[in-house]
Amino acid sequence: MNAMILGSLIEPGLGLIVWTTIVFILLLVILAKFAWKPILTAIKTREQGITDALASADRALNEVRELKSNNERLLAEGRAERDNLLKEAREMKESIINEAKSKATKDAERIMQTAREQIINEKNAAITDLKNQVATLSIDIAEKILKSELTQDEKQKTLVGNLMKDLNLN
Amino acid sequence: MFVKNCINPSHKILNLILFISLLFSVRTIKASDPDEHTAIVHDSLQEHAAAGAHHEEHDGKVNIGALAIEHILDSHAWHLWGHGEDAVSIHLPVIFYSNKTGLNLFSSSRFGHGEQSYNGYSLHEEKIVSEDESEKIYDISITKNVAQMMISMLILFGLFISIAKSYGKTGVTNAPKGKQSFFEPLIVFVRDDIAKSNIGKNHTKFVPFLLTVFFFILINNVLGMLPIGANLTGNIAFTFVLSFITLIVTNINGNANYWHHLFLPPAPKWLYPILIPIEIVGIFTKPFALMIRLFANMSAGHIIIISLIGLIFIFKSIAVSPISIAFALFIDVLECLVAFLQAYVFTMLTALFIGSAVEEHHHDHEGHSHENEASVNAKH
Repeated sequence: MNAMILGSLIEPGLGLIVWTTIVFILLLVILAKFAWKPILTAIKTREQGITDALASADRALNEVRELKSNNERLLAEGRAERDNLLKEAREMKESIINEAKSKATKDAERIMQTAREQIINEKNAAITDLKNQVATLSIDIAEKILKSELTQDEKQKTLVGNLMKDLNLN
Repeated sequence: MFVKNCINPSHKILNLILFISLLFSVRTIKASDPDEHTAIVHDSLQEHAAAGAHHEEHDGKVNIGALAIEHILDSHAWHLWGHGEDAVSIHLPVIFYSNKTGLNLFSSSRFGHGEQSYNGYSLHEEKIVSEDESEKIYDISITKNVAQMMISMLILFGLFISIAKSYGKTGVTNAPKGKQSFFEPLIVFVRDDIAKSNIGKNHTKFVPFLLTVFFFILINNVLGMLPIGANLTGNIAFTFVLSFITLIVTNINGNANYWHHLFLPPAPKWLYPILIPIEIVGIFTKPFALMIRLFANMSAGHIIIISLIGLIFIFKSIAVSPISIAFALFIDVLECLVAFLQAYVFTMLTALFIGSAVEEHHHDHEGHSHENEASVNAKH
């Protein structure tokens, strides 16, 4: 009996062959049309979408990188320009200061010179004045002395005699 | 309420399944034959001569071998649970064509438990036999396997058409959800790792076929693992049809290069008398190996599990059950893996055969794919 059962194990039944063929063909036709086609199309579309999205993300990233490097370049340029400006300003400041300093020194020297000249002039004027005054004073004194000398005859005679003496000698 | 339910697609499917099971008319059989015993817990020495009780020998011992074989065979009734008088079965329609009486259609409940005859026909070893010896019978009944196959077909239709619809609904810009997210990786796997890697640039045409083969085998492997499931993928008729379709698809799509390789192989002329017959035999051995591999793998798994459980009844001791159950559980888990693996292997090899038939003239690549095939064959 076992041999018979074993025989039926490896003996394909006609009914199952017929039904399997029918069911498989039905499955293949209906699933291919209503399931596999839309599913595979959808998966493919999405994959394409993902690929596109990744590519565009990559592109965007590159653009951002470019922008960033541009920005950095601009920033560096700006910084360099600022440094330049600062340097120029510093130089200008220094030159202005130096100019002013030299101008001030010159002015001071000129003023000093003028002052010195003025002082000399004043001194000379003062000396002249003093000289004049001394002369006037000496004349006055001489006048007064002569007046007093001439009051006395004795003295007048001596003086005249002295004067005469001088004349005789000449 | 009912109308509401009908609108929901999952309820629709449920209703459809319920309707089909009603069609097959669940019925509790009151076995009229007193000799019909509960096959498993019986240990009396009483004699019985019932034809249906093969799995019990006359001294009351359980013939596990016969029980196992019977378990994996097809049947005209879908036995659910219970034995003898308590057995609950779904009676499936019997359809056959006879050269004497033409087309016959009746419920298998007419055969009772396999011991009654109806209109001169009776069931012997799950085969319909006529009283008239000269009568030829072509049995195309909706057997347990056919019923499961139809259920699996409806499940596949429901599942994948609803998935296809959800792509239309949520659009392709959204992430997959629910069923979609479980099956999409499998579909992509079949497309990329089975079809594309084995067939190459012309794979698109074969993807629907390979997907159908993969999911048809997978779902029936999984259904077969359920306690009341039928061993459809472990039935040689089923694997025969699938591998025959593979044979046809492969050879229909064979290009000039393929046929050239077959009849004018790149070898010395004097080797042709040996090589050409080998190549021709090779056309048939490849799908034959597919047929045997799936059949043997799935049947073996079922036999091992029932044998391990059978140890309890062979030793007639409940003490064996922890070991039996532990081993059976281990094999069951292994079978879960095998269910996926065999669906994958069948589809992969089918893709490989198609690939070798449609590939362009590249000898290096060909050698590689043959090697690949050999290694996969060796593994299983």
